[in-house]
Amino acid sequence: MTTKKFMMVNRKAPYGTIYAWEALEVVLIAAAFEQDVSLAFLDDGVYQLKKGQQTKGIEIKGFEKTWGALEDYDVTQLYVARESLEERGLSAEDLTVPVEVLSRADIGKLMEEQDVLLSF
Amino acid sequence: MLHIINKSPYDRCAVDSALATGAGVILLIEDGVYAAVKGGAEEKKIKGALGRFKFYALIADLEARGLGDRVIDGITPVDYAGFVDLVAENKTCQSWL
Amino acid sequence: MAFELNGKTYETDEEGYLINLGDWDEDVARFLAQQEAVALTENHWEVINFLRDYYNEFQIAPAVRVLTKAIGKKLGADKGNSQYLYELFPYGPAKQACKIAGLPKPTGCV
Repeated sequence: MTTKKFMMVNRKAPYGTIYAWEALEVVLIAAAFEQDVSLAFLDDGVYQLKKGQQTKGIEIKGFEKTWGALEDYDVTQLYVARESLEERGLSAEDLTVPVEVLSRADIGKLMEEQDVLLSF
Repeated sequence: MLHIINKSPYDRCAVDSALATGAGVILLIEDGVYAAVKGGAEEKKIKGALGRFKFYALIADLEARGLGDRVIDGITPVDYAGFVDLVAENKTCQSWL
Repeated sequence: MAFELNGKTYETDEEGYLINLGDWDEDVARFLAQQEAVALTENHWEVINFLRDYYNEFQIAPAVRVLTKAIGKKLGADKGNSQYLYELFPYGPAKQACKIAGLPKPTGCV
């Protein structure tokens, strides 16, 4: 199978819309087909990785724990925009998995290197 | 008037639209609860409006987003029953969808 | 869809996967295995319990490749290979074992 470089560009907060969950499902599918998958978290997308999500009260399945499975899928390239974190009063310590914090410009360079960009 | 906001202030201008009406009660739900959180760039604007508006934020939505412990002082967390009370107490209700 | 067992009704989707994860117990697993014509042995239970633990930890049913690798890590290389897992669950370890374990169909499984 041909391997392509896929990047999911996540810009939406979790739970308010279905986008964040859909992105995660696509990541798992692409990774199951052994593609080179990376994720970029920009704008409200950084909220997806916030620690301590307790979704019982809104009766929606939470997916904070699922980020921990990405390593099993060999998905280890998680990039988070520094500007987006700072604007929201967050830092890498607030996030549930290890990530690489980069400037938006550096994430832009990584986007240029991809074969496929998927926007969520 | 009760203003209900369900959009993130970092993504949409719904909070600004509500604040521009002058004064009243604002209930933050769903992604709107991000406006209730300390430490972000929007905090100053919200704090500046606390005198004109009474702010509430839905607890279940804060907790779902891992933010139950970061609410700006002066914003009251409410549960679903509190949501119903706010709707009942106010003559009209505007949802900034 | 649904099936009845010991006087209780269990809801499933159109492919026979349990709707409510909390409904699952070992009797349900035995019933579902019977539907799949799988005779459960110790080795089957090992995989079923592994899958349930994986789901509790990560909230997803793993894809076959991931399952194989993770089982190899935990139970040894003689079990962490697709031949062994397909012998236990001929219609696909992820698909069939997940159904018997009361989990949803794995993401990416068609």
